[in-house]
Amino acid sequence: MADAAELYRTVRLIRRFEERAIELVRAGVIVGGIHPYIGEEAIAAGVCAALRREDLITSTHRGHGHVLAKGADPIRMLAELAGRETGLNGGRGGSMHAADVGVGVYGANAIVGAAAAIAAGAAWSHRGAGRDRVAVTFFGDGAVNQGVLLETMNLASLRCLPVVFVCENNGFATTMRVRDTTAGSITGRAEAFGIPSSTVDGQDPEVVLAAASAAVRRARAGEGPSFLECLTYRFDAHHTWEHSVRPRYRTDEEVAAGRARDPVAIQAARVPPEVRERIDAEIEALLDEAERFVQASPEPDPAGALDHLYAAGNLGRPGVA
Amino acid sequence: MPKLSYHRALNLALRDEMVRDPAVCVFGEDIGVAISNVTTGLLNRFGPERVIDMPISEQAFTSFATGAAISGSRPVVEFQIPALLFLVFEQIANQAHKFGLMTGGQVTVPVTYLLPSSGSRVGWAGQHSDHPYSLFAHVGVKTVVPATPTDAYGLLVSAIRDDDPVIIFGPAGAMEQREDVDLATLGPIPLGVGRIHRPGTDVTVVAVGHLVADALAVADELADTVSVEVFDPRTLYPFPWAGLAESLERTGRLVVVDDSNRTCGIGGEVLATAAEQMRLVAPPKRVTRPDGAVLPFARGLDLALQPTRGQLRTAIETVVKTR
Repeated sequence: MADAAELYRTVRLIRRFEERAIELVRAGVIVGGIHPYIGEEAIAAGVCAALRREDLITSTHRGHGHVLAKGADPIRMLAELAGRETGLNGGRGGSMHAADVGVGVYGANAIVGAAAAIAAGAAWSHRGAGRDRVAVTFFGDGAVNQGVLLETMNLASLRCLPVVFVCENNGFATTMRVRDTTAGSITGRAEAFGIPSSTVDGQDPEVVLAAASAAVRRARAGEGPSFLECLTYRFDAHHTWEHSVRPRYRTDEEVAAGRARDPVAIQAARVPPEVRERIDAEIEALLDEAERFVQASPEPDPAGALDHLYAAGNLGRPGVA
Repeated sequence: MPKLSYHRALNLALRDEMVRDPAVCVFGEDIGVAISNVTTGLLNRFGPERVIDMPISEQAFTSFATGAAISGSRPVVEFQIPALLFLVFEQIANQAHKFGLMTGGQVTVPVTYLLPSSGSRVGWAGQHSDHPYSLFAHVGVKTVVPATPTDAYGLLVSAIRDDDPVIIFGPAGAMEQREDVDLATLGPIPLGVGRIHRPGTDVTVVAVGHLVADALAVADELADTVSVEVFDPRTLYPFPWAGLAESLERTGRLVVVDDSNRTCGIGGEVLATAAEQMRLVAPPKRVTRPDGAVLPFARGLDLALQPTRGQLRTAIETVVKTR
């Protein structure tokens, strides 16, 4: 079980990674922008602390926190965001598709709710091969109205799969409030499929860890899937693009109120100041190194733009003949 | 020798690959009772952990197969109805197909999608009669349309062994095919290699799927006046371009018969490629479904929108006469 300092390290790493990534978006080093996870760090940190290295996750368009918390190298993660050959995916995935299968990150996925079925299939395959692995699928509140997610909940319950459904309810599907998009309740959907569910404070890493640990234990014991709704708040934009477009869908007062419960501050209060300072310094040094690594890393050779599309090499024709 | 039916060929390929490789499994709807006549006997032999009857949740079980494939399984996903592919286009074109590239080669996705009855079955109307292979070739998913039982066996075996997603369209119009074949001679047929069913010297007819039989019949009808070469690409993506180029070196004339809607159908791609890069001594022609075809229910209306032997014969005669 992760101790307070480890959880602090994870939420702090995600926070600082995201803040520095936003700066790199502004500087043009990261093109295409990102969906910042700032404010929601406790969920990734708490859930992934309940997992083993060989367990697996699927992530979302807002996925940096999950990828880092599951154990991907932050240096290669930043290089991926910057589209470098040295990135986790060789610069082929970027922010919305970062993957590190070696540590169980079966990919961030840019289609809302789409990855749940992939996680369920992976859980099924590993179980069938006698491998003890739990699959966690992260998704937002917007995903609970996607058919494929609901279909997957049915399938996972039906086949008693070791899957944990983690809903990060930050109150908004992009700009649409939950109450404007979601009839009934979020956990009611899980209950309808016979999946035990709970709603927890998604701002407190230790609360999330406790709930996730129970769900993971249940999955590992062969008792089937669980559903965890984590109440959270997105401090920053849906996407960095919003910094320039500035759509009005929440007031400054509301954002300020949401920011008042900061997962990094909540966990920081549980760690002695000298430990915290040491962790903070280590994280800054790590991210300094990551930025230097990005600057020193080559961009991918355009000649290889379709590398990895097929297992045995590109088999298509070029665009000109 | 036994008569091998198309369904039986698919069934044997599934059975043989499941025997050979314990990672091979089958997902689909009503496959336990083999409602499509393709999975017969598999549930009894291999059990419910390898032959999985799925709820009517095509999107979930298609991506479920992707997750399983990433994790070491080699799923075959059966779809009873071709239009279900529209429902799972996201899961195939946008997920399974892209995972290798997007992850920078961290994973492969060895899934086979099997359509045991694609195209018109006559009288199944608007939502059960599509033949959407061109869509998948366009996207770049390996796309296979076997015309004969022997090819169906060999190409399905190769598809299952392939490390990428492969989609196999068994044309409804080919399901009545029977072949005299020694089962011991069945074996894998490589993807991406065409087959000349009938050699000829005057014109190359590229025929897809069940239309191969029609092309052969028309070639017979015309045998006294025109020497028709019938070229079956078998795999539409990757298309066997070199084989087609060799054929056109001999004939210099081209007709394509393709059960796709006309705009952006594979027939258009064959004509374009031949025009750009291959030897043609006369303008080529294609016989296809009309643009934007939706097959109406009534028998005569359904048949009116599919390529016919008469249309093919006219196209061949025109292309051969053109100088």
